[in-house]
Parts: sequence; structure tokens; C-alpha cells
Amino acid sequence: MTDSPAKKMTFKDYMDKPERLAPGHRMCAGCGGTIAVRAVLRALHEGDQAVIGNATGCLEVSSFMYPFTAYTDSYIHNAFENAGATMGGVETAYNILKRKGKIKDNYKFITFGGDGGTYDIGFQSLSGAMERNHDMVYVCYDNGAYMNTGIQRSSATPMYADTTTTPVGKESDGKMQNRKDLAAILAAHDIPYVGQSTFISNFNDLHKKAEKAIYTKGAAFLNVMAPCPRGWRYEASEIMEICKLGVETCYWPLFEVDHGQWILNYEPKKKLPIEDFLIKQGRFKHLFKPGNEHLIEEFQAEVDRRWEDLLFRCSR
Amino acid sequence: MAIRERLSGNEAVAYAIKQVNPDVMPAFPITPSTEIPQLVASYISNGDIDTEFIPVESEHSAMSATIGASAAGARALTATSSCGMALMWELLYVAASNRLPIVLTLVNRALSGPININCDHSDSMGARDSGWIQIYAENNQEAYDNFLQAYRISEHKDVHLPVMICQDGFITSHALANIELIEDDKVKSFVGEYEPEHYLLNDDENIAIGPYAVSNYYMETKKGQITAMRNAKKVIQEIGKEFGAMSGRSYGLFEEYKLDDADYAFVMIGSAAGTTKDAIDELREQGVKVGLLKIRVFRPFPADEMTAALKNVKGIAIMDRAESFSGQSGPIASELGAALFMAKSEAKVINYIYGLGGRDYTVDNAKDIVTELRDYVEKGTEPEQYKYIGLRSR
Repeated sequence: MTDSPAKKMTFKDYMDKPERLAPGHRMCAGCGGTIAVRAVLRALHEGDQAVIGNATGCLEVSSFMYPFTAYTDSYIHNAFENAGATMGGVETAYNILKRKGKIKDNYKFITFGGDGGTYDIGFQSLSGAMERNHDMVYVCYDNGAYMNTGIQRSSATPMYADTTTTPVGKESDGKMQNRKDLAAILAAHDIPYVGQSTFISNFNDLHKKAEKAIYTKGAAFLNVMAPCPRGWRYEASEIMEICKLGVETCYWPLFEVDHGQWILNYEPKKKLPIEDFLIKQGRFKHLFKPGNEHLIEEFQAEVDRRWEDLLFRCSR
Repeated sequence: MAIRERLSGNEAVAYAIKQVNPDVMPAFPITPSTEIPQLVASYISNGDIDTEFIPVESEHSAMSATIGASAAGARALTATSSCGMALMWELLYVAASNRLPIVLTLVNRALSGPININCDHSDSMGARDSGWIQIYAENNQEAYDNFLQAYRISEHKDVHLPVMICQDGFITSHALANIELIEDDKVKSFVGEYEPEHYLLNDDENIAIGPYAVSNYYMETKKGQITAMRNAKKVIQEIGKEFGAMSGRSYGLFEEYKLDDADYAFVMIGSAAGTTKDAIDELREQGVKVGLLKIRVFRPFPADEMTAALKNVKGIAIMDRAESFSGQSGPIASELGAALFMAKSEAKVINYIYGLGGRDYTVDNAKDIVTELRDYVEKGTEPEQYKYIGLRSR
């Protein structure tokens, strides 16, 4: 069941909507986290109220530092590992209070967590909230490490990334393990909607997925690659280029799983080699040292394997 | 007319929940509190109440969702025991600092390890500094009565703190006893409708809850909490009195049993007070002036009121059903000991650790304690002042 927007909106209409995340927060210049938040909240229909949730992380400590909040909507932060359960409680309260006639407005429930709060410490809370099918959206802004505490590896960190807990050294090539495929894991929860996106061209992909996630009844999950200039070590101005390369190399495919149906949203005409994505980022610098060619080959092989797997799932 | 029934402590609290009909209850099963959410779920299934039950995947999520629901403007609660509350630990502090009027009905059980499902107070005593009001029951009647007063206290404008309603695992939670239930309409008008001031789903005002507060603001939050906790002392007594006017059963911060003229006093919490009262009755028949101060409210800690009530006793047995591993005393003794010192008490004090992990506490134990206390006061023996009773003999 999907509500449809009241009128056909153009790209300009969307961009002209009032921001629901006010400027003046303390996130870094060029941070992907806030770009994700603004893009997702832009998909809320005007007139709809929302409660925004947040796991502890960069976003939380920088956007709601007492006595200032950057959110125009009601907002709740509880702890690092429980954004899913917390929003489940809010949504349940809404259902009963609405039924009792104590609330007139329509509310939507959207919670944001970084990959640390989502893939790792908040994973159980997320899984439980999704399985109970609360009518809410959980958005992971995935920057592939614990950036708030200073770039420690998470289960979202790609293999061979240099982080402060997987430092590259004489005996180490960086992180030893592949990243967890969280969107697939959430799809395996058989929830109504899962989408994976990032910042591409005019944000149409992310906008459409956010709108679907928000206006599909039941639990929805969005995984948004949201680069971090500090952790990935790139020039802040290059964020759009990096996101594009993530998609064109098939490192970060754009897909959705709508009521069980896997849909590939974009297939590059010519799949670019993974080096194009890696070379832009300081965290992979060591991979380009002579003698480390095999590491890039392994990385490429894993990207290929996952891409083939995705194509298979989407072809059924 | 009150309704005479025969219920276990769990059934009594579940019945109180049914009468209050709160908005949201997230809960996760754990012995010995499991029956409470089970019964609430069946009330919902049968259409008796319109509470929303959230069958969460852990106690951590139970408290997280309770916080979310309460912040949203709902009357929310959960139930748990022991390790379940330990898993909630971090969020207990969050609930209190957010000043959310949540009620947690706790069935006291020993913390692991070794894993043990029986009663002691290590769970709630461990959470004594989390900022929650703690109210303890001796029996099923008190557990029921305390629950009915809980929201009046937590939602009071001078308080706005979460409340933990505690009863002893199995001893109270599972044993059937006679009970007087109050009529639904009386309960309804006593508890009243919840009208939150500031909440997430307020059509007229958006708010943000759970900020990052740096050093410039954090300390004032704590000062606000302790001010509310101090206010709670008065509020709890007023509501206890009002409850008495309705039911015939008044409540204060603690109960005094034959304490007026006592030379010797027990100070304790929970079901073992019943056993102690039996011992006191026997000893009184033999002419020994013994009494009991049964703590009902441990947070806020009624230090002044307790030291005043104990000012004429010569010997005090402070009974702790939890360890604190200070090597000095259990939790009640460390706080009451400090309070007695501040009040310049000259009473002789022995701290007994008893009943851990459900170990029996008997009338004979209580009588032995009085003998030891009398020897200390009258003969000047110098017993260990911090000791275990009821241990297995080797």
C-alpha cells in the first residue's frame, strides 16, 4: 500500500521545499551524513509531521547539542544501539494515541544511524524493529567506519581499508574482512521495502527510494552510502565524484527490494575497474604500492562476485 | 465494597495494570516476572484493555521502546527481573535524565552469576543510583497498591521521574495470598488520565529529546533530577495518604512495626519483613522490646525520617538482601550507617547479609540476630559488624 503525493512535483519543486534540517549544525564540511538526512527528509510530503530518530554518532552529537536542535520536526535520540527499538516505541505510541483521538496530525517515523549504530551495536534493535514491522523507516548513513570516535573499523568497512583499529603497517594491509551486505540482510527480513542508494546526479534515485520507504506501510530500510572526507581521506569537494565511481564500479549498486521483488535500478554501460573508486581515497593508498596489485585483484574479485549475485537476484 | 480475591504478586500487579489501562507496554520474558506481560497480553487479546503490547526482542529494546513511547506522550511501562534489568542499565539512566514518567514493575531476582532465578535485591540495588524512584512491597497487597500509586507519583509535576515498583521474586510474585482489590471506577478516578506537557507527538509544538549536553549543561541536569527526587519524598507521602483515604490502606516512606518503645530494631526491605514480624511477636511475648522499620521507599532515601524513627533504639540490625562488595557493608547499611552517623546516633549496629539467591530466612534467624544484638548492647561483646547469616554449614 503506497500513498501517492498530492501533486506531481518537479525537481525544482523538491529543491524549493523548506529544509527540515536547519543549517548551523556542527557536521564537517562535505559530510555525507547530513546530505543523506536532507535528501531523505525532502521526500516527506508537506503537511505530514514527522518524528526523527537518531542513534548516537556524529550526526546526533553535531545536530542536537543542547540547547540547539537542527531539526524542525520532533526528534529523539536515546542511545547508540537502540534507534530501532526507540522509534518502534514512538510509532506504537502514535498508533494508540491516534486511535484514542488524542492526535489529529499524520506522523511519519524516520530514524538515522551510522553504520556503527546500524550494522554493529544497533543491529539487534534494528532487526527486532523491522521484524515487528513498525511503520517506520530506518536510514543507515553508511560511511564505513566509526567516524565519530575517530575512524575505527565497523562491519561496514570494506576490506583493506586503513582505519585506526585496522592500521596499515609492516604486518597489516588494513581490514582483513569483507563488509557485511546489510541491505541483503534486511531484505531477508521480508519487510515491505529495502532500498540501497547514494548521491547520484540530481538525487532522483535517493529521493524516490526515500519517498517509497516513508510512504510504504510497514517497516522500511534505506542504506545510503554517505562518504566521510575525514575517514576516507578525500577532498570534500569530490564527494559526488566518489559516489558516482562507487556506483559505476558496481562497488555500491543501486537496487531496491520492494515487497520481496529485487529490482536493479541502474546498470553501468561499462563497469569501471575498482581502482577508479579506490584511488580517490587515502584509506586505500597502500593498495597502490608496487607489490600490492594482488590486493586490488582480490578486491575486484569480491566486487564482481557480489555484482553477479545481485544481477542473479534481480533477474528472477 | 472492595473485592476479596486470592492472587499471586504477579497476578496482582497484572490486575492493577489492567485497571490502569496504560497506553504502551514493551516487554521481554524473564523469570520470575514473565507472567506479568503474559497476563497483559491476554487481557489485550480478550479485549479487556486497549494497551499496545510490543513483544520486543530483548529487555534492552523493552526499555528503549518504553522510553520512545513515553517520550512520544504515551503512558508506558515494562516489567522485568534480574539480568533483564541489567541489560537495560544504560537506558535506566536515560529514562531518568529525560524525566520520563515510566513505570517499571520489577520482580526482584538475583543477578548472575552463577545464574540463579530466586529472590534477592541485587538487581534493583545495583540500579539504586540510576535516578529512579524505588518502591518496595512486602506482599502481594502492597505490590498491587504500590502499582496503583506509581503513575500518580511519576507524573506529578514536581517529580517527573521514572518509578520502579519492586516485589520479591517467587516469594511474593508466585505465592498466592488473600488480597483486597479496589473497584475499577475508583482506580480510574484515583489514577486519572495522563496529560503530558511536552511530548514528541504534540500537534501544537515540536520538541527534541535526548540531547548531547556538554559540560556547560550536564551538571544542571543532574541537579534538576535530585531536586525532583527530593520533591518525590513529599509527593509519595501525600499520595500514600490519599490512597489510604480511598482504600483504608495508607502508605508512607516506611512502615514501623512495634518500633515506638523498641530497644532493638530491624531495618529491612521486602518479604522477609513478614518473617521478622513473626519473630518480633514471639520475642515481645518474652518481654524483649524489638521492633521493625520496613523500608518502602529506598529512592529517595528517607534518611532524616528513618534516623528520627530509630533515635531511641539501642541496637539496630540492618538487613541487606544484596552485596555491594565494598567489604564494608551492604547497600542499606552503607546509606543508613552514614545517616545514623550524621544524626549522631549512638546505637550499636550490625549489618547482616541474608537471603542471597533465594536462601531461606527464618524466624530462628531473626531471633538469633536479636540475641547477638542484645549481647552487643548489654554485655559489650564485640561481634563482627558485617556478616552473613544462613550460610551452609561445612
